[in-house]
Amino acid sequence: MNRSEVLERFNPQKDNLLGILHGLQNGNPNNYLTESDLKAVAEYLNITFSHVFGVVTYYTMFSLKQRGKYIIRICNSPVCNMKRSLSLADEIRDLLGIGVGETTGDMLFTLEYTECLGRCDVAPSIMVAEDVYGNVTRKSLASIIKKYK
Amino acid sequence: MIHEKRVLLKNLGKINPASIDDYEKAGGYKAIRKALDMNHLLVIDEMMNSSLRGRGGAGFSTGLKNKFTSESCLRCEQKYLICNADEGEPGTFKDRIIMENDPHLLIEGMLIAAYAIGASKAFVYLRGEYYRSIDMVTLAIKTAREKGYIGSKIFGSDFSVDIEIRLGAGSYLCGEELTLLESMEGKRGYPRIKPPFPAEKGLFGYPTLVNNVETLATIPVIIAEGSEWYSKLGIPESPGTKIFTISGDVANPGFFEVEMGTTLRDIVYGLAGGIKDGKRLKAMLLGGAAGTFVDETVLDTPMAYDSLKEKGAVLGSGAIMVLDETRSILCMTQSILEFFKHECCGKCVPCRVGTDRLVRMIKDINRGNENRFTLEEMVDEAGYIAKTSLCPLGQSPIMPLASLQRYFNDQF
Repeated sequence: MNRSEVLERFNPQKDNLLGILHGLQNGNPNNYLTESDLKAVAEYLNITFSHVFGVVTYYTMFSLKQRGKYIIRICNSPVCNMKRSLSLADEIRDLLGIGVGETTGDMLFTLEYTECLGRCDVAPSIMVAEDVYGNVTRKSLASIIKKYK
Repeated sequence: MIHEKRVLLKNLGKINPASIDDYEKAGGYKAIRKALDMNHLLVIDEMMNSSLRGRGGAGFSTGLKNKFTSESCLRCEQKYLICNADEGEPGTFKDRIIMENDPHLLIEGMLIAAYAIGASKAFVYLRGEYYRSIDMVTLAIKTAREKGYIGSKIFGSDFSVDIEIRLGAGSYLCGEELTLLESMEGKRGYPRIKPPFPAEKGLFGYPTLVNNVETLATIPVIIAEGSEWYSKLGIPESPGTKIFTISGDVANPGFFEVEMGTTLRDIVYGLAGGIKDGKRLKAMLLGGAAGTFVDETVLDTPMAYDSLKEKGAVLGSGAIMVLDETRSILCMTQSILEFFKHECCGKCVPCRVGTDRLVRMIKDINRGNENRFTLEEMVDEAGYIAKTSLCPLGQSPIMPLASLQRYFNDQF
């Protein structure tokens, strides 16, 4: 979906800002919002650029930086921490050569932390794109990643 | 032997959550029909009489909240209902279970609440990362709308209501009702000063009722079976059932719906199978990060709002995180404090500076530095933050820290 198609789905009301930003970001193959996206949204909703910028930078799901096709999110909640979720970041560094906040050279994966994914019963959990995985071990992580390559 | 009492989750695993027909065959959408035949004030009376308390964590009377919103600003041409589905309290996943497995139950509860307060527009503010819940609730709204259950003059009554989904975008704070309103209006998630409460001035300045998913999902059964039936469940101080989500070092982690007043021992040892690998219990964190640590002396306390309060603990969202003897309370505390620091919005200076300071203090303690900070100093710091911050986030760090002082002072 291109930018004008996304905008057309929403009435030009300020309260649709988050929904529009989600739509634009999801429509971008690199999972991010460009400066011209922000300008277009500001114009469409008749609000200031700084307001849009302020909202984008407040919410952790929005990015102003190019990201990979698949975002790997490691749950950073206390339960997943307790079950060594942070060691999964080391494993991903070994597997893909990226740290938290970084993107692979082929623009396929970006690694991020996320707050509680609500999968505490199968901690540690991670999310790849829209898929959630539980009881993730260093070993199972490799086969999960493989599915997206 | 303790058993679950599935009232909210009665359809779980028995119906196809994507099928509105399945939900109706299981008795669904009968309570809304019954409610529409009643005066809306009687519907609120039923909620009052059920003594249901908000399941999001604060435990405020659901009936009263409905009553306030219903009575507020009678000349206003618009009132709103918002379902708070921004579940994000660490260790909590009860709302996700409801939305993924029985989304029409939530829709039916919303229709009844909207009718009770006279709201013609309702929203589900759903957490952006909860993709499966988003899909299921979106589908439920679509199919209910196609059947005419959402829309104008529903079920042949004079009542009209629309329901729409709005997505969050990664902010724990937006689960707090006033901050949620800011986010719904397309702004940064900064908390509002209260009063006014949402019942007076909520979304776009209109009277608004904000209820948690589990609370709204409880309403159909109260209307269908009656408040008298419902209030006999649980214990008089906290009637009804509650979904607890248990995680950490237990043999069988998961979610369990039990009557209020069930003991922690019955949940941890009876339902969740006790401590994993034959280890001993060290601690339980009740209610999430904005919760309280307790030790084994609390095992026989009924899980209910007031009885836990007497023990310096909270029920909160119903999260129970279990730590076995090998776990470090200090590491867990650091993880919690880092969470608060990360989620602090920065609006109130004491919280912005204080949550950062608390992380430095616990790191200093964990490094075992000489002349390191003490737990008492951390509790003091958290006390200042609580007194000088606007929203519940600033009032949260004191809770786990004060409970550590009561139950685990020796660990520091």
